[in-house]
Amino acid sequence: MTQITYIEASGQSTTVDLPDGWNLMQGAIVNGVEGILGECGGSCACATCHCYVDEARLGDLPPASASELDMLENVAAERRANSRLACQLKASPALAGLILNLPAIQE
Amino acid sequence: MSDSIQAGIVIIGAGQAGVQTAESLRAGGYAGRITLLGDEPHGPYHRPPLSKAWLAGEMDGAQLVMRAPEMLARKQIELRTEVKVASIDRAAQQVLLADGSALPYSGLVLATGSTPRRLPLPGGNAAGVHALRSREDADAISARLALCAERQLPVVVIGGGFIGLEVAATARKKGLDVTVLEAAPRLLGRVLAPALSDWYAALHRGHGVKLVFDARIEALETAADGAVSGARLADGSLLPAGLVVVGIGVNANDGLAQAAGLECERGIVVDACGRSSDPAIVAAGDCTARRLADGSLIRLESVQNATEQGKSAAATLLGQPRPFTATPWFWSDQYDKKLQMAGLSGGAEQWAVRGDMGGSSFSVYHFRANQLIAVDSINAAKDHLQARKLLDAGLSPTPEQAADSGFDLGSLLKPGD
Repeated sequence: MTQITYIEASGQSTTVDLPDGWNLMQGAIVNGVEGILGECGGSCACATCHCYVDEARLGDLPPASASELDMLENVAAERRANSRLACQLKASPALAGLILNLPAIQE
Repeated sequence: MSDSIQAGIVIIGAGQAGVQTAESLRAGGYAGRITLLGDEPHGPYHRPPLSKAWLAGEMDGAQLVMRAPEMLARKQIELRTEVKVASIDRAAQQVLLADGSALPYSGLVLATGSTPRRLPLPGGNAAGVHALRSREDADAISARLALCAERQLPVVVIGGGFIGLEVAATARKKGLDVTVLEAAPRLLGRVLAPALSDWYAALHRGHGVKLVFDARIEALETAADGAVSGARLADGSLLPAGLVVVGIGVNANDGLAQAAGLECERGIVVDACGRSSDPAIVAAGDCTARRLADGSLIRLESVQNATEQGKSAAATLLGQPRPFTATPWFWSDQYDKKLQMAGLSGGAEQWAVRGDMGGSSFSVYHFRANQLIAVDSINAAKDHLQARKLLDAGLSPTPEQAADSGFDLGSLLKPGD
């Protein structure tokens, strides 16, 4: 289990324990976190699970694939240096305690 | 009318379109009762992974969940599962359930989805013959794949469309012997240009799938235990099979709407705002046939269509029409290739390829009367997203610009450039 905290644009914070291997989009949806849509079910096809990763932890994350980088160019909210798609991040011990800030809009 | 407002909104169908409509109603400020009726034993779940990661055994059930039930509850969306609707009484504005109860409505949403076509052949309903629509279908196919692996039995896929090819790819990943039977002379003939059909044929053959085109199937043969044992072709040959997956298209679930006297034609006829022929009833998703500005009807079966029509249906019920006019888009994952399609390529007269069709990523641009109408991208998400923006804006590169990877297509989107 890996602890992940989601902070919605409203400030609402939700901390959950995710089974390793789950992607962070699924973790948000199953736990009722708003602000992540995941319309494509995690296929990296819709860019509606945009999140901002805790800057200090960027180095703990696997680098974004070419297709994720392409999708990030088309997210609805502002794209920042710490923008990622939650469906492309999988829960693992390296991510323990990670905080994701969610944008106000996804589409 | 306070009684009917009290009645609230009833949504028949708890899939992508139904859930989207419910959530958009709440997001739009609707404060009345929302009842979401599903006929399956599960709450809302994602269908796209069923033919891919779910079938491959790479996901658990909780990962398939589209919305946690408590999330719906928090939004005061009342989800009822395993509910069968018997009929719609439009005059009384109520939905009659199979258990004899009645649900009054002020607004009704039909999001009833679609049903895979059955194979109208002897043996078409035998054990081991499956279509793929629901989680139960996928689980049955999965169990049969395991049986085929154990007994070294081949898999036959009938229909070289997206569902069939995705299942074929998953079965090959498991090391099974797979043959795809396609009635047409090429794969994905209804949706892809011939060059891409050939590319997909090469992709599948490269992964060891056997492809039979112009296939004429006489019957599915069964063994003594009643289970399917193979497919007999018109030339007399028999393809042995421990599993037959049928992916020959779907029919819109418009039976309730037809019985209620709503206008239907290959689906529940709606306009761009999701309105049916009854002002109190809207429809969204696979069950619809949408009337375009030129009067023609379009049937789309996709996640985007379900979500966009759901948003439009909700907006109509809220009295704030929001027509769905965005460019249609789709995707399909097979092996390590992601196809993303923007626009509808039917009727194209000219094509341009950006990138190398022999390489790892490329896009095919479709033109009609020198205007871009669709773009199909393989592992080229950037081309795809750019294409959606170009098509939404009605902008078109020339075929030469599209084919020139040194030309920045994004520059067409910037005014003044």
